[in-house]
Amino acid sequence: MTKQYVYLLAAFLTAIGLGIFFYKWQELGFPLVEDQHTPVWTIETSIKFDARPGSIKANLQIPTLTPGFNMLREYNVSKGYGFSLNYVSGGREAQWALRRTSGPQTIYYRRVVYEDAASEQSDTTPPFPPPPVINEPLKTAVDVIVTDVREHSADTASFTSELLRRVNDPSPDPNIELLFSDARDPADFVDRLTTILAFARIPARMIRGIVLQDQQRRVDPLPWLEVHDGDRWIYFNPITGEEGLPDRYLIWWRGNQPLVSVTGGRNVEVNFAVQKNFVDSVSIAEERAQIEGSALVEFSLFSLPIQTQAVYGVLLMIPIGALIMVFMRNFVGIDAFGTFMPVLIALSFRETQLLWGAILFTLLVTLGLSIRFLLERLRLLLVPRLSAVLIVVVLLMMIISVVSHKLGIETGLSVALFPMVIIAMTIERMSIVWEERGAVDAMRAAAGSLLLAVVAYLAMGMPWLEHLVFTFPELLLVVLAIVILMGRYSGYRLTELARFRSLAGD
Amino acid sequence: MFGAARKIRKAGVLGLNERNSDFIMRLNPRHLYPRVDDKVMTKRLALEAGMAVPELYGVISSQGEVRNFVDIVESRECFVIKPARGSGGNGILVIAGRSKRNRSAYRSISGDMLSQSEILHHVSNVVGGQYSLSGNPDSAIIEYCVKFDALFAEVSHLGVPDIRVIVYRGYPVMAMVRLPTRKSGGKANLHQGAVGAGVDISSGETLHGVLGNEVVEDHPDTGALVSGLRIPQWDFILESAAKGCEVTGLGYLGVDIVIDRDRGPLILEMNARPGLNIQIANSCGLLERVRYIDDIFDEEADATTRARISRREFTTEIQGNLPLNGDA
Repeated sequence: MTKQYVYLLAAFLTAIGLGIFFYKWQELGFPLVEDQHTPVWTIETSIKFDARPGSIKANLQIPTLTPGFNMLREYNVSKGYGFSLNYVSGGREAQWALRRTSGPQTIYYRRVVYEDAASEQSDTTPPFPPPPVINEPLKTAVDVIVTDVREHSADTASFTSELLRRVNDPSPDPNIELLFSDARDPADFVDRLTTILAFARIPARMIRGIVLQDQQRRVDPLPWLEVHDGDRWIYFNPITGEEGLPDRYLIWWRGNQPLVSVTGGRNVEVNFAVQKNFVDSVSIAEERAQIEGSALVEFSLFSLPIQTQAVYGVLLMIPIGALIMVFMRNFVGIDAFGTFMPVLIALSFRETQLLWGAILFTLLVTLGLSIRFLLERLRLLLVPRLSAVLIVVVLLMMIISVVSHKLGIETGLSVALFPMVIIAMTIERMSIVWEERGAVDAMRAAAGSLLLAVVAYLAMGMPWLEHLVFTFPELLLVVLAIVILMGRYSGYRLTELARFRSLAGD
Repeated sequence: MFGAARKIRKAGVLGLNERNSDFIMRLNPRHLYPRVDDKVMTKRLALEAGMAVPELYGVISSQGEVRNFVDIVESRECFVIKPARGSGGNGILVIAGRSKRNRSAYRSISGDMLSQSEILHHVSNVVGGQYSLSGNPDSAIIEYCVKFDALFAEVSHLGVPDIRVIVYRGYPVMAMVRLPTRKSGGKANLHQGAVGAGVDISSGETLHGVLGNEVVEDHPDTGALVSGLRIPQWDFILESAAKGCEVTGLGYLGVDIVIDRDRGPLILEMNARPGLNIQIANSCGLLERVRYIDDIFDEEADATTRARISRREFTTEIQGNLPLNGDA
């Protein structure tokens, strides 16, 4: 009966722990391994211009909806300028303003994004565009083209493909030639395409974006064509007519307005630079969860101040140490002082490093024990005796620190991080065992404690485990389940196999 | 490794984990522990149940009462002072006699002369909690000093050998004699180095011994054979042990009995978590006997009946091919 409850409880805890774990891992993208870094792109727009005397206002188009990418953060670098972000028709705009300045100016806008295939464009359906006003004879040319293309297509997508095919034909139609032969640059070319599409009452926009590659100093925005088929936006390569976006194409702005406009300045020069970094994917998962409003992360350890996080990084490993204790004591059967004393000793090893920790621990316990035996002769009561041992331990620590410092061994200083109360208790326990069961048992238990401390230290010091537990603290529920299950183990301990071996004979 | 575990399991050996979870936690409710941890209470309960215990001369339970000590021992030549909640035999002072000229000079069992004030100081220490593991104030018990039976003279060094009987749900299931050695300092505790010798429940005859976890044939100090000794009044011992269950209410219990030259078997103390080495001393696991008891368990049966059933059922024969010194 009890057994079933135990299994049920363990299953319940495991289910909750693993459930949250999988959600955070799969849905929120928390990394399983610490060194899993996600590439992060920093795009820097620099605007240079010469300021005329007087006030300055600079507007820069900045991204809004970026399929394939998510924004991590954005910031501006400018000296003395007032900065604001506004939503305008066609997207977002960064605005810098300054009352009085002169001479060459540079302002920067930086945006940090990471790739996310799941990031989809969720734009509103645009209204049908008003027919553009086109003068003759261009109007007739457009009319002919639209009528002709419409006859050779079934829907918006095929209309656009057909139009692009004709426009990019090496030996074009005279009407096409009339319309496109004097296009100044690719942007103008795409702009004219959108006019034809608008004439056919198809919502179309020119988009311009950047193909992200590492370490690029000067990047020109690449124009692309975006067409709404009444359901969603589809993208077309304006030259080849292929559907889709180029790889790693970050849409910077939409529409035919210029990237930047500066009032009060001249010789305006805009430049994009791209840099690839690697950022801990925990921070990305966090930012994403914040944007998604996930309470799981809102109340996670990552919301704590960094210093507190560091404390929990250590504290959360204690259950792992406890798990090791359960295993080593109830399954292996190693004798030790106190239930969790080895775990606490292991924690202090983190500061002193293993070898020094073991040496200092042995030294302190040995010295403390000899003092304890001297105190024994005074026949003190328990609490005063323990206090006396504690005071002696503190003094011993001080002496070890001072002496080792004089000798130039800095590790001796970290002895102060040893939990002295624990050491005092260890000494007391050890002396009692010594008296009751003899030196051999006391030594064996002391060696067992040290061994457990070393094993616990090694287990608790594994960086991947530390990362896993800190990122997914819910896994401690699974540890709890395992401990509960282990609590029902009533089989032999490993050391008992040796102890009862004389009974194993047939 | 698993092969070894299987063999031990087949031999019905009870392990520590199983003892703790399936025996102690199931059969020994914690609130009953004081009945065995406090020797004054154990003695009182045992007396009420009509069991034989070493006679209690007096209890000193506060510093103010320490001066009563002289009155308590006024007419006694030898006696034992022990802490009521001591452990591991610490703080026990055995007084073997007094100086003829001066009654306030005492002779300890090891031959040292102690003055009255030294003894009073010891009593005061005991009352102050010097020997109680928890460090709480304790009581000092002054009781009859057991004169041990010549039977075990050959196979013990210094102290008093005692008989440990494991009682499961009121039925004695296994027994051993614990023989003090030089190494154990006259104490009858196995983990201090005393020799344990298994006892056949049917006949009350000792089997081979165990020292530490190893099987031995001879006492390490005297060299005498530990096996083949017939314990007197075995029926009475088993019956007293069986009664321990009613007295304490504990379902898994170790009862320690000494045999006094004049007064016969006396219950010394009881233990709520008896050790497992008794299985090695008997070359026999506990589980099979325990299962048998579970099968025939009868709530109505009295101590005499239960002791008789145990005596009828549990026979251990000395096996010819017994592995010696554990290296088989």
